[in-house]
Amino acid sequence: MGKPMHNTPMLDELESGPWPSFITGIKRLAKDEGKPYQNMMVDLLGQLEHSYNTRKGYWKGGTVGVIGYGGGVIPRFSEVAKNYPESKEFHTLRIMPPPGMHYNTKLLRDFCDVWEKYGSGLIALHGQSGDIMLQGTTTDNIQPCFDELNEMGFDMGGAGPAVRTGMSCVGAARCEQSCANEQKVLRMLVNTYIDDMHRPALPYKFKFKVSGCPNDCMQSITRADMAVIGTWRDDMKVNQAEVKTFIADKGRKYVVDNVVSRCPTNALSLNDDDTLDVDNRSCVRCMHCINVMTKALATGDDKGVTVLIGGKRTLKIGDLMGTVIVPFMKLDTEEDYEQLNEIAGNTIDFFAENALEHERTGEMIERIGLVNFIEGIGLEVDPNMISQPRQSSYIRMDDWDEEAKKWQDRKAA
Amino acid sequence: MPPRMPIESGVPDPFQYMHPTLARNYGAWKYHERPRPGVLCHTADSGEKVWTIRAGTQRQMDVYTIRKLCTIADDFADGYVRFTIRSNIEFMITDESRVQPLVDKLVSEGFPVGGTGPSVTMISHTQGWLHCDIPGTDASGVVKSLMDELHEEFINENMPNRVHMTTSCCQINCGGQGDIAINIQHTKPPKINHNLVANVCERPTVVARCPVAAIRPAVVNGKPSLEVDEKKCVCCGACFPPCPPMQINDPEHSKIAIWVGGNQSNARSKPTFHKLVAAGLPNNPPRWPEVAAVVKNILRVYKEDAKDWERIGDWVERIGWPRFFELTELPFTKYHVDNWRGARNSLNASAHIHF
Repeated sequence: MGKPMHNTPMLDELESGPWPSFITGIKRLAKDEGKPYQNMMVDLLGQLEHSYNTRKGYWKGGTVGVIGYGGGVIPRFSEVAKNYPESKEFHTLRIMPPPGMHYNTKLLRDFCDVWEKYGSGLIALHGQSGDIMLQGTTTDNIQPCFDELNEMGFDMGGAGPAVRTGMSCVGAARCEQSCANEQKVLRMLVNTYIDDMHRPALPYKFKFKVSGCPNDCMQSITRADMAVIGTWRDDMKVNQAEVKTFIADKGRKYVVDNVVSRCPTNALSLNDDDTLDVDNRSCVRCMHCINVMTKALATGDDKGVTVLIGGKRTLKIGDLMGTVIVPFMKLDTEEDYEQLNEIAGNTIDFFAENALEHERTGEMIERIGLVNFIEGIGLEVDPNMISQPRQSSYIRMDDWDEEAKKWQDRKAA
Repeated sequence: MPPRMPIESGVPDPFQYMHPTLARNYGAWKYHERPRPGVLCHTADSGEKVWTIRAGTQRQMDVYTIRKLCTIADDFADGYVRFTIRSNIEFMITDESRVQPLVDKLVSEGFPVGGTGPSVTMISHTQGWLHCDIPGTDASGVVKSLMDELHEEFINENMPNRVHMTTSCCQINCGGQGDIAINIQHTKPPKINHNLVANVCERPTVVARCPVAAIRPAVVNGKPSLEVDEKKCVCCGACFPPCPPMQINDPEHSKIAIWVGGNQSNARSKPTFHKLVAAGLPNNPPRWPEVAAVVKNILRVYKEDAKDWERIGDWVERIGWPRFFELTELPFTKYHVDNWRGARNSLNASAHIHF
């Protein structure tokens, strides 16, 4: 017989309602007679109810890891273990999922079997950094559990001041808007710099995210140190017959109100014969019209990526978006990919050497200026990197002529 | 015997786990349609079609729930699934006649089908009291409570555009930017346990972590410790992770704030950060009714007033903030006026006034 359940009147209230209940799931584990995790989950529910009652958390960190790696385990020791001894250790293993979070059922069942043997039976799919979060195991079980997962072909994710687990969208696997081979970009970037994930030695975290188009479903501009976003530079594709079908279905007013007038650069014009004109030189590839008219409009064929650096949330100087450092580059050949990889490597090296402790890339760029950063990693300035030129006249321009010549030379090349 | 060293295999190859129709048409999709809420239909250049059925999950799943989803996938969807970053599960099938049986099965097993198009999809989710070391609240509980209330908006597509909500259990905001973000906001400086600081905290690191330089080394009761200039302190909680004796969470004074207008997408306007609209809401487990009331009210007004395809941020941009506060009947206070770095960019430097 397992340990008797704690009284959990607060948590019990989270078992009703139409949305699936995590409490019901945890209770099932706590009542799972004979399973190694049963008593752990009884006390976990006890501690969680205690948190609900007192409105405070009771986990503290520590140092737990696996041989060969300096990060990836999130250690949790209970501060109220006296009352809830069976869940006194409740560590999480971060495991990197396949890009796009594709699974067959055998793989998911294998994860369940391993986690039932070594852990709590509770798995979060997925954490905010994109990891498979195996939540809740003891210090002793971390190593054998990781060894089995590692033999299955899975590797530890990132934690601490390190390259973190990256994310890429479903992309080319199931989306016509994809302009990049997202999984290839993500695997190349993370796997090349895997040493900086497993042996944390950077000033702070460094995140890669890859979105296949400017809809940026991976939220890379606001959440990634290095965002790689698919785009195209030739004309978008217009199927005029489908445009007419769409107008016949939705009406002309709908198209004017929801497509033409919503274009941020006024690049669309509806003709009297219900065909659509696109001023592709003014189009900024925002995706809106393509999102609305999914059959009539499509991305172009000359695809590539835009790279932005420096997105992050408030701490400590305020929210920062990533900003453009590569307006467009092709990703067709292996040389193209290698060039992207070099930009990532140069960025990480520059970050490691120049950022202050606990400073993200965006804050570093804010402190030193974008020009120092892009010169530091060997890139040239481009007007697509700015919203507008400088407004302040307080700047020394000793070598204006040389810089102007560089621009002319680049244009001539 | 030498210890086993890890195989540094990194991110695995996804093709071995990908639905064969997706793998076969990789990079060659033509267009998509949404035949009903919760269902997408993608057509490939090859002419092959795949229907995706999206369902909500509780994110932190026990192995029995995962195995149940696996059995559904085996019986109805070729044995493959994928997850969205908002913890929705997706089943892919190639035969339209199998869509309705799968939808019925999921619903009968308690997994709501929806979250596509202009709906309120699953709230992105942090760890909270269940597992985090610095949580001000329990994200899982807040999310469960809200999604119960918003169930109809998840299973229908009745919003002007998609609504991406987020929760965060502290001001670090791991939940990310959202059309509506529900975040803990501390309102009192940390309470310091001076007996523990010297043993637990690397004091220079903690001093450096403070965004307003309000922390300085001090000797308290004969022990090396830290003190906080409480007038300067902005109650951000940045000192708490590196120094747990500087307890920032408070059952009474850790409140919940609501932010709106965050948008990751580049569609129409450039991406935007969310902005504060409501604060001082009690952190009230197990159901957080005060938070649900504010969120539902904002969603109601947005649904009534916004035009098709306007995200919450687009809508407020059009109608203006005075009208937003008028329509939602939320109080506008001096705390809504930003004073952080770059704040002047958020002031109205024009004669454009909303009447």
